[in-house]
Amino acid sequence: MSELQAGQGAALNISDAKSTRYRDVIIALIAFVVLALLPMLTSSKFLLDFVIRCSAYGLFATSLNLLVGYTGLTSFGHGMFFGLGAYGYGLIMQKTGVPIPVAFVATLLITFVFATVIGAICVRLKEIYFAFVTLAFQMLIHSTILSWVSFTGGDQGLRGGIPRPPFLGIDLSNHLHLYIFSCALLVIGLLLMRQIAQSPFGYTLRMIRDNATRASFVGIDVYRAKLTIFVLAALFASVGGMIMALFVSGAYPEFAYWTISGEGIFINMLGGVTTFLGPMVGTVLLLILNDTVTRLTEYHGIVLGIVILFFAIGLRKGLMDFVFEWYAQRRDAARERG
Amino acid sequence: MDLDALTGCLTTSACLVTQTTSGLIIGMLLFLVAVGLTLIFGVLKVVNFSHGAFYMFGAYFAMTTYQLSGSFALAMLAGAVGTAIIGLIFERGFMSRVYGRDVLMQLLVCYAFVLIFDDVVRMVWGPEFKSMGMPSAFQVMPLFIAGGVVPPYYLLLIGVALVAALVLGLGLARTRIGKVIRAAAHNPGMVSALGINTGLIYGGVFALGGGLAGLAGALAAPVRSLTPGMGFSVLIESFIVTVIGGMGSILGALVGALLIGLIRSFGSLGFPLFTEGLMYLFMVIVLVSRPSGLFGKEVA
Repeated sequence: MSELQAGQGAALNISDAKSTRYRDVIIALIAFVVLALLPMLTSSKFLLDFVIRCSAYGLFATSLNLLVGYTGLTSFGHGMFFGLGAYGYGLIMQKTGVPIPVAFVATLLITFVFATVIGAICVRLKEIYFAFVTLAFQMLIHSTILSWVSFTGGDQGLRGGIPRPPFLGIDLSNHLHLYIFSCALLVIGLLLMRQIAQSPFGYTLRMIRDNATRASFVGIDVYRAKLTIFVLAALFASVGGMIMALFVSGAYPEFAYWTISGEGIFINMLGGVTTFLGPMVGTVLLLILNDTVTRLTEYHGIVLGIVILFFAIGLRKGLMDFVFEWYAQRRDAARERG
Repeated sequence: MDLDALTGCLTTSACLVTQTTSGLIIGMLLFLVAVGLTLIFGVLKVVNFSHGAFYMFGAYFAMTTYQLSGSFALAMLAGAVGTAIIGLIFERGFMSRVYGRDVLMQLLVCYAFVLIFDDVVRMVWGPEFKSMGMPSAFQVMPLFIAGGVVPPYYLLLIGVALVAALVLGLGLARTRIGKVIRAAAHNPGMVSALGINTGLIYGGVFALGGGLAGLAGALAAPVRSLTPGMGFSVLIESFIVTVIGGMGSILGALVGALLIGLIRSFGSLGFPLFTEGLMYLFMVIVLVSRPSGLFGKEVA
């Protein structure tokens, strides 16, 4: 498993923890300000839409990395929570007309319940079996959405638009407001996930990934830790789904289809799982790749497939892993010379 | 939900026979795909996520051969042998590079080939639905068994699959090659130390598994419509089969495939929209009660 381990280089130092947290918060604030200023520099709706899509997929992919990279849980059904977020939010808004924040919290609660039940069943199983059961649950939810036509709209999805009533002076039917709102969710989500990854709990997860038996000897409740991160990751994926539902003003069965999970894994691979922001880089890369390739050729599967092969067999790691190692090597070489 | 239709069918022999045979052919086709999957997993310890593409290639090869030569037997042969060759190249050229690496890597290489193979088929045969048509030898009156309609082609299909199951089971249990394959599954290092070329065995097993999926595709070509991406639903279903039966178990694949076939054919009566959901539900139930499947070895 050596090539796919998150946060290898980071040495744990308690006294550094606080300063790292301040640094993370400052980076997050700068990132948010830069993103928020973007609409002043460009009026390109395409670029802003691109950032909104990146927020949705980025939150989803990064939360998947908490499972795959940090805990060693190869979930192949993480996309179900993306779909659940989109449908939960869309249905609540369409059927009840509560304010948006209430719908957000309610969707998170629904996701929490689903993730706890599904997680309790899945995390007992190992490796490939875990991957399959999560996939099976994903398909179960997908076929439920398809077959429950009166409630979910079946294969047509939730149509007719999702109402976006203004709240606290934020009007999400305004494109600019929606953009800022998505960026804020993205930055807050990433910051929270970063805190989880760097917390003692995050290091417990790495220990479980590296040696679950040893972790349980030290007195860690492995099952409980795995379940906790499964549920937490599901919540972030659900937020990603909600952003998507807000953006397209609807929800479609494809959001809950297995290919979303497949793409999530591919994003992680593309960007690399050894750095926290790897999946974010992967998201940007995949979306650019998808957009350009579909414009250039109708056979975009071949192009995408070859790119995947290049990363999986040629490079043998994600882009951020590659950059990170190259940087570390150069630094070491410079130190030796100096 | 339409439980009346289901109970109505279960009490009339004609409907019972018709639904059971349709369940059996679904099950038998699934078995041929799933047994290759389980064999490859048992020996190579990789999950061939692109196995559905072999099924698809088998169907298209059979269709083209049948259109060119007019021979049904040749079409079946082309489906099986053609995909076996693709399987060999795929294993030696690509999969063998990711053995022993993370499951994620293996899934990704296969995912890449699913995308590539689907597009190759779209390029060569076009994106629209195709059909091979029933060979003239089988365009005869269907048989009537206890009032139920059974097309003769269904009997051939079930027969071929059963023969394949028998040959495979006996071959692995009794022949020298079978023993070497089982030994390689158990301890490849030792087999290699005894002077046996394990790379050849790996390639051979992959070719065999791919060829069986190709045969399934070829057999399905006269009764199903052909489209790029047709392999995917078959792949998911044969995953369910192998997981229910237990990864690496041939008997498990047979039992699992028949169960899924029957669930599909009878489920489509009682729960027309939730037939797929039933399969996933069944899989979840099996996995929760027996994590290693019905016939799988215990996993620690």
